[in-house]
Amino acid sequence: MAGHGESHVHPVSLYTRTLWWLMVLLVATVAAGYIPNIPNWLGVVIALTIAVWKATIVIMNFMHVRFSGKLAWLFAGAGFFWLVIMLAFAFADYVSRPWEPFHGWPE
Amino acid sequence: MSVKELEKTATLEHASDGHFHGDGILGEQFETLEQQNTSYLIGMWAFIVQEVLFFGAIFTAYAIYRFKYVLEFTLAHHELSVPIGTLNTFVLLFSSYTMARAVRAAMQNRHKKQAFYLFLTFLFAGVFMVNKYFEYGAKFEHHLFPGGDYDAHAVVEHAEKKGELRIVEENGKELYELGKTRNGEFTAFKQVTPEEFEQRTRLFFGFYFVMTGLHGLHVLVGMIIIAILIGRAWIDHLKNKPIADYMPVEMTGLYWHLVDIVWIFLFPLLYLIGR
Amino acid sequence: MATDKPNYLNWKTTVASWLLTYDHKRIGILYLVVISIFFALGGLAAAMIRMELATPKGDLLTSDVYNKMFTAHGVIMIFLFLIPSIPAVFGNFALPLMIGARDVAFPRLNLLSWYFFTGGALLVLIALFRGGIDTGWTFYTPYSSSFAKGEVSLAIVGVFLAGFASIFTGINFLVTIHKMRAPGMTWFRLPLFVWAMYATSLIQVLGTPVVAITLLLVAVERSFKIGIFDPNLGGDPILYQHLFWFYSHPAVYIMILPAMGVISEVISAFSKRRVFGYHFVAFSSLAIAIIGFLVWGHHMFSTGQSMYAGIVFSFLTWIVAIPSAIKTFNWMATIWKGRVHWDTPMLYALGFMGLFVIGGLTGLHLAAMATNVHLTDTYFIVAHFHYVMVGGGIMGYLAALHFWWPKMTGRMYPEGWGKLAAMLVFVGFNLTFFPQFILGYMGMPRRYHSYPEEWAVLNVLSTAGSSVLGLGYLLPLIYLTWSLKYGKVVTERNPWGARGLEWELVDTPPDPHNFERTPIVTRPAYDYNHPEEPTAFIPKPRPVVVGGKDG
Repeated sequence: MAGHGESHVHPVSLYTRTLWWLMVLLVATVAAGYIPNIPNWLGVVIALTIAVWKATIVIMNFMHVRFSGKLAWLFAGAGFFWLVIMLAFAFADYVSRPWEPFHGWPE
Repeated sequence: MSVKELEKTATLEHASDGHFHGDGILGEQFETLEQQNTSYLIGMWAFIVQEVLFFGAIFTAYAIYRFKYVLEFTLAHHELSVPIGTLNTFVLLFSSYTMARAVRAAMQNRHKKQAFYLFLTFLFAGVFMVNKYFEYGAKFEHHLFPGGDYDAHAVVEHAEKKGELRIVEENGKELYELGKTRNGEFTAFKQVTPEEFEQRTRLFFGFYFVMTGLHGLHVLVGMIIIAILIGRAWIDHLKNKPIADYMPVEMTGLYWHLVDIVWIFLFPLLYLIGR
Repeated sequence: MATDKPNYLNWKTTVASWLLTYDHKRIGILYLVVISIFFALGGLAAAMIRMELATPKGDLLTSDVYNKMFTAHGVIMIFLFLIPSIPAVFGNFALPLMIGARDVAFPRLNLLSWYFFTGGALLVLIALFRGGIDTGWTFYTPYSSSFAKGEVSLAIVGVFLAGFASIFTGINFLVTIHKMRAPGMTWFRLPLFVWAMYATSLIQVLGTPVVAITLLLVAVERSFKIGIFDPNLGGDPILYQHLFWFYSHPAVYIMILPAMGVISEVISAFSKRRVFGYHFVAFSSLAIAIIGFLVWGHHMFSTGQSMYAGIVFSFLTWIVAIPSAIKTFNWMATIWKGRVHWDTPMLYALGFMGLFVIGGLTGLHLAAMATNVHLTDTYFIVAHFHYVMVGGGIMGYLAALHFWWPKMTGRMYPEGWGKLAAMLVFVGFNLTFFPQFILGYMGMPRRYHSYPEEWAVLNVLSTAGSSVLGLGYLLPLIYLTWSLKYGKVVTERNPWGARGLEWELVDTPPDPHNFERTPIVTRPAYDYNHPEEPTAFIPKPRPVVVGGKDG
């Protein structure tokens, strides 16, 4: 059942450790932004990986999903999963347009 | 309807013999406080799912245009100040931490401590908004707000200086070449007319203002709710109330962390990539 | 079952007790009143359209007014009638009763949702009266941006608010179904209407925010001249369609899934049989909701969408046909060898099955890319989605209205008139929309106010059918209103002899607190094979009873 142990009080160290990790990752992502002469796509991949990482530890530790029932996992996952559906299908269109035998939209 | 069968199948979402009515905290529709609390949590998560897709749709639109106009958007990225963005990220991450501490204090019924951490959260949110105010002000000053007097001159000048844009003339018409300078050698990737360049950077700043504006609106709403919670916690402290409903703080916490997560994605996608 | 016991309708009677109520049953009634008004308005707009099309020449309305008329019809019928219809009225009224709960999980949010909806609906109404909008219900750019006439921004804000009303309802039902079920009400004892509402709520929560932000972007584009969707300013109008249909295709399932839930209830109640293949019907609702999110591109085959994306979308669209067919076959198997009672709700349910099959199968024609190019934006499309949304959605709505009417009001509707209206609706509907399949196949485009002479006969048929259909809708309005005062009084709990908590344990009309005490469920839904065993019972009071149960 969801929410078991929801009212459980967690040790302060959980939050402090999470904060430290977030700070380290913040420095890392800014630093990664200044690596000279890396391809654009690699910059995006690095930035997004770190962002997902940060978001995950916020969701797990600050939002207590790690300690929550299946239902909270399901809901937390569903939003992001549906976002991925939207991105994937929209991009499927834009990426595959230039493959068409005749050219329209992309330059 | 034997008791045995009942025991086998009952979901026991309602523990119908739990009669703790928690000081008038329990809503009439619920049987137990546990049922009420998990209902509120799941409800808040459903709301967060809604928010994820709300922001997600605009992220999708932004991603597609950045994919389409990557060079123009990259030059426009450069107009955003990384130090201010970093400071704001720092402030918001820290406020998420203080919020988590406030929730912890609320669960322990330590009203004063709770009010203190909520106040810190409020303060950080305030710093974030003040920063945003100056950041927006600078954009307006450089005519980068995509309203009536939008002007891409600032973007063009900076890009020229960095050697990522060159103004050329073809058949008596001005054109911008977008590219990179390496070892004093300029390589052009793409040619655009000044009008196209203006439109596309304008698009970038449109997204910048809509995304950060919506996010700022969420911060503002969060600040109002936090202010109310501070008042409540302080009153509980003055009245020496032994037990209070911690769910409002817990739910506000979830909301606040969501606002933080949105910014965790906004910051690299607007300020950092393609630098 | 004393009649002098106060019920939810008469225990408080002030206007404030209605407008500030947290009672899910009363909120359902509030929704019923508002959407009925908008159904009438949307119907009027439809009548104007059909009258114009009775003759080939554009003689009744100018093309401008005609554009505004079909836009008004679409916006009102979709956003202000179909989307809230069954979820907000019967979901609110019946769902907590069916799962043995005292109320939904968040009663205040429920009331707020009604205010959001009514406020949004009023804004749309103001926009329509202040000159109207001519974008079509889809608000496609650039009709709604560069070439917009009229009060587009106001209408967008109205739809935005109504959208959030829908999100609130969805959140409420999700949590209610998860957390408020009575003891013993396991997932696979739930009535199938509840399963359908769960699937609907998923779509409402996952899809609606996307259309909200998309409409907001249109408003931004209009106010600041940022070319988000304007190709002249570097934008892409097809992106608008992607984001719009990400919600609006699943929104079609918001309209049809609850109706399917109603049909499961009605068919089993009037065949006196358990729904055949209960698990399949339950999971097909979820399958439709989830796969429904993967097919939106089939609205865009003839735009600049990449044909490779089109192939994927086309394939996935065919997949949706599978769960829909599972439902239809299971309903037929339920009726098979059942003791069928031909009451009005059952007539509507049977009508639903026939019309939905036609609507669904013609959807397959449209899902094929090659035929789609020929048929898109013709009357074939118009006929197809009316067969699904009117033939499916509104038939389900009317079935629900008649099925739960005695429970809601304590009065029975006049059965003879009910049957007559059901027949009129069925005949009128087919007469209106079947000719449109042929017209569309012959190439008549939608959204024009005039057409060549050779299509006159079929159009006249269609207009004639629409007047029969209009009469069929007018009759329930009259006799249901009449029955509030003069209808046969129903005091027994279970006038249909149906299974389910709302029939077996709840008074007619219901007690303000629904159940005396939270019931304990011991049997699965639709247990018609064991008529001697009740589905649930009210436990004996404990020695010390805590809680406000004094009615």
